[in-house]
Amino acid sequence: MLLLDVRDLRISFATSRGLLPAVHGISFQVMAGETVAIVGESGSGKSITALSLLRLLKEPDTRIVGEILFKGNDLLQASQTRMRAVRGDEISMIFQEPMSSLNPVLTVGDQIAESVSLHKTVSRAEARAQALRMLVQVGIPAPEQRMKEYPHQLSGGMRQRVMTAMALVCEPALLIADEPTTALDVTVQAQILDLMRELKARLGSAIILITHDMGVVAELAQRVMIMYAGRKVEEASVADIFARPSHPYTIGLLGAIPRLGSSSGPDAGKPLTEIPGVVPSLREAGKGCAFAPRCTFASSICFEVTPLLKVIDADHTVACHHSREALAA
Amino acid sequence: MKQGALLDVISLKKHFQGPRKGFGGRAVVRAVDDVSFSIARGETLSIVGESGCGKSTLGRTVLGLMAPTEGAVWFDGWRLDGLARQQLRKIRRHFQVVFQDPMSSLSPRMRVKDIIAEPLHNFGLASGKGNIEGRVAELLDMVSLPRDAMGRFAHEFSGGQRQRISIARALASNPSLIVCDEAVSALDVSVKAQIVNLLSSLQKKLNMSLLFISHDLAIVEHLTHRVAVMYLGVIVEIGDRELIFSRPKHPYTRALISSVPVATPGGKSNRIVLTGDVPSPINPPAGCRFHTRCPVVFDRCKVEEPKLRSVGSDRRMVACHLEGVSENQ
Repeated sequence: MLLLDVRDLRISFATSRGLLPAVHGISFQVMAGETVAIVGESGSGKSITALSLLRLLKEPDTRIVGEILFKGNDLLQASQTRMRAVRGDEISMIFQEPMSSLNPVLTVGDQIAESVSLHKTVSRAEARAQALRMLVQVGIPAPEQRMKEYPHQLSGGMRQRVMTAMALVCEPALLIADEPTTALDVTVQAQILDLMRELKARLGSAIILITHDMGVVAELAQRVMIMYAGRKVEEASVADIFARPSHPYTIGLLGAIPRLGSSSGPDAGKPLTEIPGVVPSLREAGKGCAFAPRCTFASSICFEVTPLLKVIDADHTVACHHSREALAA
Repeated sequence: MKQGALLDVISLKKHFQGPRKGFGGRAVVRAVDDVSFSIARGETLSIVGESGCGKSTLGRTVLGLMAPTEGAVWFDGWRLDGLARQQLRKIRRHFQVVFQDPMSSLSPRMRVKDIIAEPLHNFGLASGKGNIEGRVAELLDMVSLPRDAMGRFAHEFSGGQRQRISIARALASNPSLIVCDEAVSALDVSVKAQIVNLLSSLQKKLNMSLLFISHDLAIVEHLTHRVAVMYLGVIVEIGDRELIFSRPKHPYTRALISSVPVATPGGKSNRIVLTGDVPSPINPPAGCRFHTRCPVVFDRCKVEEPKLRSVGSDRRMVACHLEGVSENQ
């Protein structure tokens, strides 16, 4: 079942120097129960895209055009009242930094119960009971005790569990996770990744996973969108992205990650693949492919014509004039 | 001092005053608690561990930015701890540092040429405008920055380029040791690969030693010769890269390595997920500090602290009571 259908989403910021486009028309779909990863580096527009889905961007300063069809209704046309009903209930979000996204003056129990009380007509006691059940589900030891504690009394991993509990307590159809494990240590990250997989299996929520970590993508996602400079440059199943990356940027990104086991493998001692140059700033957007200045396959057409997404295989699209050569290389 | 060692750290301790506890004075935070290691000329030793394990404190104490509570730091025949400031200042040109966040470690008010030339003035290594500019230009070439960077300010550069400026500044005084404290952690994937390759090639070219402090195990495996794994202020395993990464022995090292998400779909099967969080260094657990989270803990671990000792060959030392920590696992 089609849950979310984003069509030609364009986001720009109003600045003193005029409109600054950050996302140049991206379209994607999320099926019920599916995990889609949006991968990109800083400035690629991935977080802005996520925030726009819940209309969390400050509206007079940002211009959002396009359609965000959630269960068939356009969220961009929805009233603020309707959006408040959607947020936290049908679509919820986990942010990267749990310390700055939890309320420091409310106890953990109150914060989770608040989300229940807002969306369901239940008694205070029932809301707290649901909050407690959720804390148990996210694997917090001594949950009754933790209910009465404040965010600063918890460790980073525990705070991320609380965030997860808060996001999932209303059993949303769609969960947006913006870099959910980036701020965590690896052993704690492993715990949270296991938790997300387990909860997804139990609750059946679809997940949009925003990340720059291809390892996390390989572990959690079914489908992957690669973004660069505000555009979707490639989309495929997770297996295809790793086995047959077809956009030169995706290829570079995969080559640039050092992998464990490198010291004993055949590539020991070889330098990492570099993508020369830097991510362009939003202001530099010129004509043609945004990746062309850093691309080894770039030809004159790349600097003139922005490549459109084309289907190269079932469920595999790529926006590159030279994807055939790139895949062969 | 070990034969051929450039840096020799012996039983180093760094304790901080912790929060007040009632009338009984202050608690003691044992950030670094009896750590010994050495680095040979031209060698890279990496310190890995999760947040709070003391790896950054260790780096700062080695650099003489903090006085150790106990223990000794020998650098190329000088004993650094206890040296008068004046003398330490003179020796500093031989060991330099690159920090994680180049924005806060580069002066926003200085031009790049003045930033890079500052060590030259400080240590009296060059005089005369022409000589200094020549040397700065040479350093910019070494880190692959354009010469016109000289007249610009740090904020005009991207994160990766700023890190190149930091590296050029560190190289200015021809040091024999550079401490990199999470030097690539804040960078985007594609840029991270560039800086990692730059550090590796500079190290080979200039035959420098690197003390590379990082939580990113894949990067560490890629560029290091030896690794020390820290947990709660102590080294639990230290040895050659290939041994540690292909056959980790300490249960913590195993869990740490197995926790890293691998960028291969369906590639991970035998992950060891640790329960709980890292305990506080204010009151580290008695006996082995890892025993509260160790999957193979037994009685002795709770009372007796294991000492680092050679296992198999002298190329690896492990601090764990489980001797015969099975050779083949």
